[in-house]
Parts: sequence; C-alpha cells; structure tokens
Amino acid sequence: MHSLVFNRVERSRYLDSVALMRLSRSLSALPGIEAAALMIGTPSNKALLREAGLLAVEGEEAGPNDLVIAVRALEHRAGQDALASALQFLENKDDSSPRTGLRAKTLAGALELLPEANLALISVPGDFALLETRKALDAGLSALVFSSGVPLEEERALKRMANEKGLLVMGPDCGTALLAGVPLAFANAVPRGGIGIVSASGTGLQEVSCLIARLGEGVSHGIGVGGRDLDERVGALGTLAAIDALERDARTKVIVLLSKPPAPGVAEAVLERLARCAKRSVVCFLGLDRPGLARTLHEAAEMASGKKIESLKNEIRRVPGRVEGLFCGGTLCSEAELIFQRRGRYGDRFIDLGDDRYTRARPHPMIDPELRNAHVARALADPEVGVLLLDIVLGYGAHSDPAGVLLKENLSMKTVVASVVGTDRDPQVRSLQVERLSEAGVLVAPSNALAAEWAAALSSY
Amino acid sequence: MSIDALLAGPVRIVNVGLEGFASDLAANGATVVHVDWKPPRVEFAALLGQSAEAANREALRRILAAEPALTDIRRAGELIPRLDASRLVLHAGPPVAWERMCGPMRGAICGAAVFEGWAPDLEAAEELAASGAIGFAPNHHFRAVGPMTGITTRSMPLLLVENRAFGNWAACTINEGLGNVLRFGGNDAEVLGRLGWLRDEFGALLGRALRAAPLELSPLIARGLAMGDEMHQRNVACTSLLLRAVAPGLASMGGSLAKAFSFIAGNDQFFLNVAMAMGKSILDPAGGVEGSTIVTAMARNGTDFGIRISGCGDEWFIAPVEMPQGLYFPGFSAADANPDMGDSAILEAVGLGAFSMAAAPAVAGFVGAGGFAEALATTRAMAEISAARHPQWRIPALDFAGAPVGIDARRVVETGTAPAINTGIAHRRAGVGQVGAGVARAPLACFEKALVALARL
Repeated sequence: MHSLVFNRVERSRYLDSVALMRLSRSLSALPGIEAAALMIGTPSNKALLREAGLLAVEGEEAGPNDLVIAVRALEHRAGQDALASALQFLENKDDSSPRTGLRAKTLAGALELLPEANLALISVPGDFALLETRKALDAGLSALVFSSGVPLEEERALKRMANEKGLLVMGPDCGTALLAGVPLAFANAVPRGGIGIVSASGTGLQEVSCLIARLGEGVSHGIGVGGRDLDERVGALGTLAAIDALERDARTKVIVLLSKPPAPGVAEAVLERLARCAKRSVVCFLGLDRPGLARTLHEAAEMASGKKIESLKNEIRRVPGRVEGLFCGGTLCSEAELIFQRRGRYGDRFIDLGDDRYTRARPHPMIDPELRNAHVARALADPEVGVLLLDIVLGYGAHSDPAGVLLKENLSMKTVVASVVGTDRDPQVRSLQVERLSEAGVLVAPSNALAAEWAAALSSY
Repeated sequence: MSIDALLAGPVRIVNVGLEGFASDLAANGATVVHVDWKPPRVEFAALLGQSAEAANREALRRILAAEPALTDIRRAGELIPRLDASRLVLHAGPPVAWERMCGPMRGAICGAAVFEGWAPDLEAAEELAASGAIGFAPNHHFRAVGPMTGITTRSMPLLLVENRAFGNWAACTINEGLGNVLRFGGNDAEVLGRLGWLRDEFGALLGRALRAAPLELSPLIARGLAMGDEMHQRNVACTSLLLRAVAPGLASMGGSLAKAFSFIAGNDQFFLNVAMAMGKSILDPAGGVEGSTIVTAMARNGTDFGIRISGCGDEWFIAPVEMPQGLYFPGFSAADANPDMGDSAILEAVGLGAFSMAAAPAVAGFVGAGGFAEALATTRAMAEISAARHPQWRIPALDFAGAPVGIDARRVVETGTAPAINTGIAHRRAGVGQVGAGVARAPLACFEKALVALARL
C-alpha cells in the first residue's frame, strides 16, 4: 500500500526545538501514522524532511521563519487527524505548559522586570546564542550558555569580555551548574557544603555532585565551563576565572576540577594555578593517569570528601559474552570505556547516545530516554552480548521517569548493570528509581565507575 | 567583583530560551524572568547585530532635551508660505495621490477647497481636486501634523509649538470637537461654519492669550499622565489644565469669551492637537543622526502607513495601512470602518498614546479585553521596543516608571512587536464622521524596510 505525505505550513511560527521534537514523537505514535516531524523550515531542516520522505509541495515552499508540520500516513483520514491534533496542541501550548510568573520578549524587557538579575541562562539556537550572551554581558550579567554551536574564537572573545567585566561565562555547551544552591539547567538537588566544583563536563559535574551528596557532604558551587574551555584556543579562560572565584569564596574549602585531558600546555597552566591556590584541590582529567590526580569521577568525589563510597558485595556469576555500554551521559560513557581499557579489555562496545549522530532532530536521551530503547532491544537480542551497562541520569531537565522507560524492555533476558546519577531530592527521587530497577533484576551500582567495574568482572569472552 | 556577588547569592535569573529551565527554577524558589524568545526573521538577523547604540543615544538625548511650549496661533499660509503660493492641500501620513486616497480624506479635501473659496460647492471641488489643479503633500513635509485626514490649508489657524532647546517649531490645526468635523471627512455647512469661526474669532483670541503667556508643555504632559490622560484617546485632564492656564489671559482681553470658553470646555480632545504639534517639535530635531534606528515619525493616510527613522532622515518607509481593532458607536460596526488614518501616531512615537496606556485606565476598554492589566501589559510591551523611559513623564500605575520613549526599529523587528496606536475610527464614506475608537498596529514591514535601507547607507 502506498503511504501519503501531508504537510501544513504555519507562517511565522516559532517553537523551541525540544517542544517540537516532543510533539513530533507523540504524533508519530498516533494510529495509522508512519512518521511525523515538526520543524522550522530552514534549508537544512527541509533537507532532513526530504530525506525522511516527509516533505510535500507545501512544505517545500516553507521559509526559515515558518513551521512545517509533516506526517506520513497509511491513509488520508489518519494524516488529516494527525495534522489536526498538531494544530490543536500548538493552540493550547500556553495552557498545557507550566508558566513562570514573569515574562518578557527580550533580555532588555526582562531586566525592566528584574533589574537586580545577575545571571542569564541562554538556550537559544547557536547562531543567536552569541548575540544574546553579548547582550547579557553588556547589561552586567554573568551567563550560563547552554547552547552549543558557537565558534571557538567567539567563545574566547566572550570569555575575554567576561574577564574584563569581572563576570562569568559558563559554556557555551554548558549543561549543568549549581550556583549558591540553585541548580541550573540539567542539575541535581544536592545540599550545600564546602566542595566547589569546576567542570568542563555536564554529566561529570552531575555524577560528582551527586556522589558528594550521597557521601554526606555538600557543594558550595558547581561551575560549568563548557566542553572546550581547556582547548588551547580558549586557554582555560573560564576554568581559571572559576578557580579564582572559588578561591575567594569563603564557603568553598576544597576545589574539584573535572575535564577530559586538556591540551598539554593548558593542563600545566591549570595545574600550576591550583598548586598556588590557598585551598586544597582535587583534579580529574579523565584519561590522563598521573600520580596525585583522580582517575575517575568516583575517585574525585572520594578524594574531595575524604570518605569512601560503600560498594555492596555483589555475587559474581560470570556470563559469557561482551559488554554493551549504552549511555545517555557522554562523560559517563568515556569513564566506563577508560575503566575497561585499564583492565586491558578492548573487545566491548560503548555508545554515547547523546552524540550528534544519534540526536539529529531528536531530543537528547536525558530528556527522551526512549531513544535508547531500540539500542537496548537490539543488544538484548544480540547473542554476542553478555552484559548491558547503562546509566540513568536524573535531575532537573531530565525525563520524569527514565527507569520506567527503560523497563518497557524485557531486561530479564540478560545481565544488566546500571548506575543512577541523582539524589533523593531530585524530582524523580533516586531511591525510587533504584528500587524499580532492582525489582526488575538490574544490578544497580553506587557509581558509574563501579558499574563499569562490575560489568567488566561479570562478563567473560 | 560581580562574580563574587553572584556566588554570594541570591542568584536571580533571566531565562532566554527553553521554558522548562525557567519552570524548574521557579519551582525551586529561585527568582526568574522568562524571555519568550523568538528568532529574529532570518533576513534581518544580521542587521540587528550592528551597533547603533551611540547613534541612538544621541537621538534619544535630543528627544529628552526638548523644551516644547505652545506659544501662538498663526495662519497656516503665514507659517508655511507654500500654502499661499499655490493651491496646496496638506494631508496626514506619507505622500498619496488623489486616485489612491480613501473616502474621508477626499471628503475633507473637498470641504477644504470650498472653505478656501477654490470651488463653489463640493461637487465642483471634487472635479477640481481630480483635475490636478490642487497639489497634495504630507503635513510632515512642512513641519506640521494633523489628526485623522489631517487636512491643512492656507487660511486655517495653526497651533504653534516651539521647541526652545533646539529653536525649531511644529504646527497643528485646532481640534474641531467631536461629531461632524472635517478631520473625519465631514464637509457640510456646519463643518465649514465652525472652521470659519475658528479662523476669524477663536484663533485670534487664543493666539493673543498664548503670546501673553506661553504654555510649557512637558510639565503639563507629566501632570496629565498623573491625571489619567495618555494624550491620544484621552485628553480630558490636559484640556482642563490648558483651559485653566489660558483662562486669565483670555479673560483680560474682554469681549465675548463665552463661546471660546465653552468650545474648549466642551471638547475633551481639544488638547490632542496641541500634543501632536508638541510631538512633532520634539521628534524633528532627533532626525538625521547617522546610523540611528530611532523612529522619528509614524503617520498614516488611510491608504499607507509610513515611518521615518533618524538615520535615514526624511525618507518614508511605507507599507499598506491596517484596520484598527476597536469598539463602535451604536449602529456602526467594523464593516463601516475606514483603514487607520492620521498623523496622530506622532504621539506614540514620542511615548504617549498606547505607549502610555497604563496611565489611562479609563480608556483601556479600547484595547482587547480592556482590563487594567491589559493596559499595563501594553505599556510594558511597548517598553520592550523603546530605547528609554522618559525621566519626566512618569506613570503612577507603573510605580512611577517613565513613559517608554524612543521606538527602536531594531527592537521592533527583533521582537516582532508592532507599535500599538490608540486611534479614533472614521467611517469609510466621506461626511459620516467618527464611528468608533480602538487600537491599530504599525505594520512590521515599515521597520524592516527602514533597517534594510539604513544598512545600505
């Protein structure tokens, strides 16, 4: 049977991409619908739709300010119904989404309503993030730039500008921060305390702050600097500014620095700065083994708090087959892979589902973990795979029930090891998520590093 | 250092982008303002990046430094010699030829032609106008403004407002009152008779009183805002204040003043035309600042809407005019309405009218659902497209924040927020007059064209 493609173009309509992708998914799930997508009609988006067999004549004519609603249906009626429900959703958008009290249309308008604002949280598309960040700095605000896609030289210019003004630019591509007890973007509800964290990795910051919380300690501030801050072209401008600030901050007693291995010159500059710091520091350059440095996020949390993470005894029942690691957090994926490499294991596979390859036109798996289920199902059916290694990331911004999504798959077919990044004060409540996973037979490790160790010990090939 | 203050807390956040982040922060008890960010239209995004800040500061400085005073009433031909030199009719809005003019404007022109003695009756006047024997030009090209049709001809008495800080002046006809009047296209004997009295008696009297005691307008506007006027839809307070100010001067002249007093007292909108001339006198000196995106005029002629921006001098940026949304007098409906018309949008350009809606809850009924909350929201929305808050013109209901002043064409394009304009609504047929009042929007295309033109300079 021939399927039908329906397009509807809404002129001058804008919705953020997360909202569009969520709506795309719920449309796809309607009866009689093969595929559906809502996208702004930029040339690249139209190319994606064309590739997906979702672009009709109407959609071809959409401009970069227009919204294209595209569905491919088995029959006429289903297609029309899907378009109608998309429109209905768009009309009701304001009623269904939680609204904050104070609203404006521009940064300048927002500052009229809140003149004492001191931080801008910027998550607009990359092309515009630069402009909005400049506006924020000009207005005397520090900025957390969640957006990615800002060129490196612009990132350096923004951070220089911030330094001159005594302000902080976190990011671009900064997913997590905790400032003065306020969790920003994808962060967890952790208690305040004496440990200050500077991190080039969002999930790295989440893992360490949650481990610290579970060790009974607290975080003074968690400052994200963006994944490329320790690139030699940026020269750790953000990291050094954050270290300076934490050194002056009375609440901070220990400074933790988390990053993948920096450019050699940058690493020396940062280590030299920490050596002269009046406060004790713990450094984890994930993948750089050097005496005195933490080798894993797990170790960084232990060294910072001076406490040991309790590893429950685990019955070792070896299973044949390799390990398949399916991760939502990129840094968690790297950490696991490193642990296997240190054990001399190279025959396993680790996939970061947050990588651009998997998230094109889809929300990040932390927002929509459903993306992972197809990979989980495939691995469960793969005779070469003995053990699945997974991460569950909780916190603000993350999916409301990632364990529930995962448990849609029949996990009892294989040995599954997982770690749950989060705290009991997170909206998803970590202990409840752990309980559901354990009931389904998943082995839940206290940290991502331990989960990797367990998985390595369990599997043999 | 600012970083230290940030870390000391409390963190107060402006969230630009994903709304979920703001909801989480609010749920966590953090103070957050969410920005309903929309991408600027792609073709204009590049233009918005260029910095007009310094130029706009200069344009704004000039606007805020103005010292307008109502100083005299003068014959139009005397102030504008071209009116005496030829059969020229000035009209509202950007240039428009007779063939494209709306009904009320044609009607008013015919009435004015009879009034000036160029034609014996309206029929002959229409033939004359269509024949090309009468010239047409915008008020704005001759330092003048006029409400609705804005028709100005040589013998009409004009209110003269002088901006003492810059030595320039601007003029506007005298408001004729409500009902059957020339500005709404009325042109019968009653209308022309009133124009004659304004010319022969009233103008002369008020002119003498003003020459003896000129009226400073900026402080008057400040008081009017505090008394519930926004100077476009509502001028009750300012008209009363004006009457109070000129009464002693008029009284000292002797003669029969009863008609003059009752004329002003019986016309709540008398001050409208004074405010318009003031707006023009304030904004003209702000023109011609190289690179500035500040709007120096907005005007409509019932066919087209035109704006000027400082950096492009006298050039008009034009788009088809829109229909006002409003409330109608009994017996009339939107089907009777003429498209948006008049030079009175100069008031919005100077920060009054819809921009100061929050000052005038009494006329908030003309905006959408019409609650006071909506009036506040209108002023807040207009503040987002304005460069500054007026330091003297303050609005009590906004905790004495200033009226939003200095429309920045960049912000209009960036936010997609079209300036709102409080307006009267004329019947689409000449001679019927006003049928309602409401709110019109300036077309976004005018602002986009202006930015493109400025970028090409």
